[in-house]
Amino acid sequence: MAQAKTTLLRDAIAEHVHDGDTVALEGFTHLIPFAAGHELIRQRRRDLHLVRMTPDILFDQLIAAGVARHVTFSFAGSSVGSLHAFRRALESGAVSYDEYSHYGLLARYQAGAAGLPFFPIKSYAGSDLVDNNPSIRAMRSPFPESMGEDVYVVPPIHPDVAIVHAQRADRHGNIQAWGITGPMQEVTFASKRTIVLVEEIVEDELIRADPNRTVIPSFVVDAVVQVPYGAHPSFVQGRYDRDNGFYRNWPAISKDPARLQAWLDEWILGTTDHTEYLAKLGADYFAPLTPVPALSGAVDYGCVA
Amino acid sequence: MSSVREYTSSELLAVTSARLLPDRRRVFAGIGLPTLAVALAQATTAPDLELIYESGVCGAHPTRLPETVADASIVTGAESVLSMATLFGYVLQGGHVNIGFLGAAQIDRVGNLNSTVIGPYDTPSVRLPGSGGAAEVIANAGEVFVVLRRHDPATFVDRVDFITSSSRHTANGRSPSHHVRGAGVTTVLTDLGLMRTGDDGELELAAVQHGVTPADVIAATGWTLRARKSIEVIPPPTEAELNLLRTSIDPKRVYLR
Repeated sequence: MAQAKTTLLRDAIAEHVHDGDTVALEGFTHLIPFAAGHELIRQRRRDLHLVRMTPDILFDQLIAAGVARHVTFSFAGSSVGSLHAFRRALESGAVSYDEYSHYGLLARYQAGAAGLPFFPIKSYAGSDLVDNNPSIRAMRSPFPESMGEDVYVVPPIHPDVAIVHAQRADRHGNIQAWGITGPMQEVTFASKRTIVLVEEIVEDELIRADPNRTVIPSFVVDAVVQVPYGAHPSFVQGRYDRDNGFYRNWPAISKDPARLQAWLDEWILGTTDHTEYLAKLGADYFAPLTPVPALSGAVDYGCVA
Repeated sequence: MSSVREYTSSELLAVTSARLLPDRRRVFAGIGLPTLAVALAQATTAPDLELIYESGVCGAHPTRLPETVADASIVTGAESVLSMATLFGYVLQGGHVNIGFLGAAQIDRVGNLNSTVIGPYDTPSVRLPGSGGAAEVIANAGEVFVVLRRHDPATFVDRVDFITSSSRHTANGRSPSHHVRGAGVTTVLTDLGLMRTGDDGELELAAVQHGVTPADVIAATGWTLRARKSIEVIPPPTEAELNLLRTSIDPKRVYLR
């Protein structure tokens, strides 16, 4: 097992994310690495190519803060309405973009992770997405059983950095996550460097007591950072629930550019780190968002000694 | 149109779309009206209907109404939580979904759906959220039901501004060498009526909601909507259906807006 990779969020971002990089921040509604996005804003990263299947409020914030040059995505909505800063930037051309369907972008991660030159999927026949994205191309099957059949293929994506959030890890960076894991494994293997935020760094023995739970092995992780509540306002299964009040209030903030800048000044640029952001939320903030426990039954991994 | 209705448009859509769902089928649905339709169908005519969420959750047993397709409540006690590659690759593309539920900003004469842009792609007047999993659902679900909150000439257009999710008709015409599994859109429901695709792929008026005339539906559609010879009238929501929706399925009126 490798050396310890634990570090501070500030140091992980400073070391691994550079201006101009392609940065994928993943987590499908669950486990969105908000604290890392906030740190990108605090460190005033610029000209990033941001990649994410579901941009969510996270990209609304990053785009409003001027971090992004280009975005790659597959669904840019939220459960409560439009992402206004994202929409303004796309409609005005301030930020360029390329878009896929969910499986199309996932397939780009899969191709990147597996070292393939392309990945085939059966979507897109008849869709205008094909005419507006040169990275979606038709290809004919070379096999007699499917002779003459075309499929669409997409190329690999190799982000400079993948950033994901998970429940727990050991200090070496073996990452355990449960619940909805989204494309976290694929994006990590596809990327050149990986930063993982976790709710808790735990003893090696705890990880090794349940090895099937490890979604990302340590050898593809460059930095592991303990950031409790780092996915707020999204959620972490078994830790804290989604802050739906925050999500419902967001469109009114993001609709008004001045109000959005004031929000960023107050909550992100006005706090030195995630600990201060949490302190500003208040000590009892997460009490109503704390789940009723639902423990898994333990499984037996034993063997003959 | 009818005089005073004792239910809202959302309630009407939830009830009448629930009735479209046959039992013992696997449904792929997003959040909102489809959530209510599936829950109501399960509580009434289709107890063995299975719901699959885009997040990879199958066999969810939520104890509260989920607010997203990846709500914590659908994971707690679920029968399975699959990886995204398994969900899109094996479950959906592998052909295990019978019915997909989709919404859209625009639908056209042959059932093409637009959820990408209003106006030209490069200079849109409105940038919409985009495909998400819709392009996968249209290609791979056995058939697709569309439920739309608005039935007006801006939504029901002769040609959509952008084909996000192509009808079978358009897919076969444009990409004949792609073998598309799904039938595409077969059924469209609004608060005015029910449309189904005819043999040539064009949408036809098959039924009207209670208190609505075929002329009302045709006037609200942006092309000359073809009507079937015999147009049924959909029975209005019953007290029992409305009670289930209001008191047990969505008591906080999260989607019954």
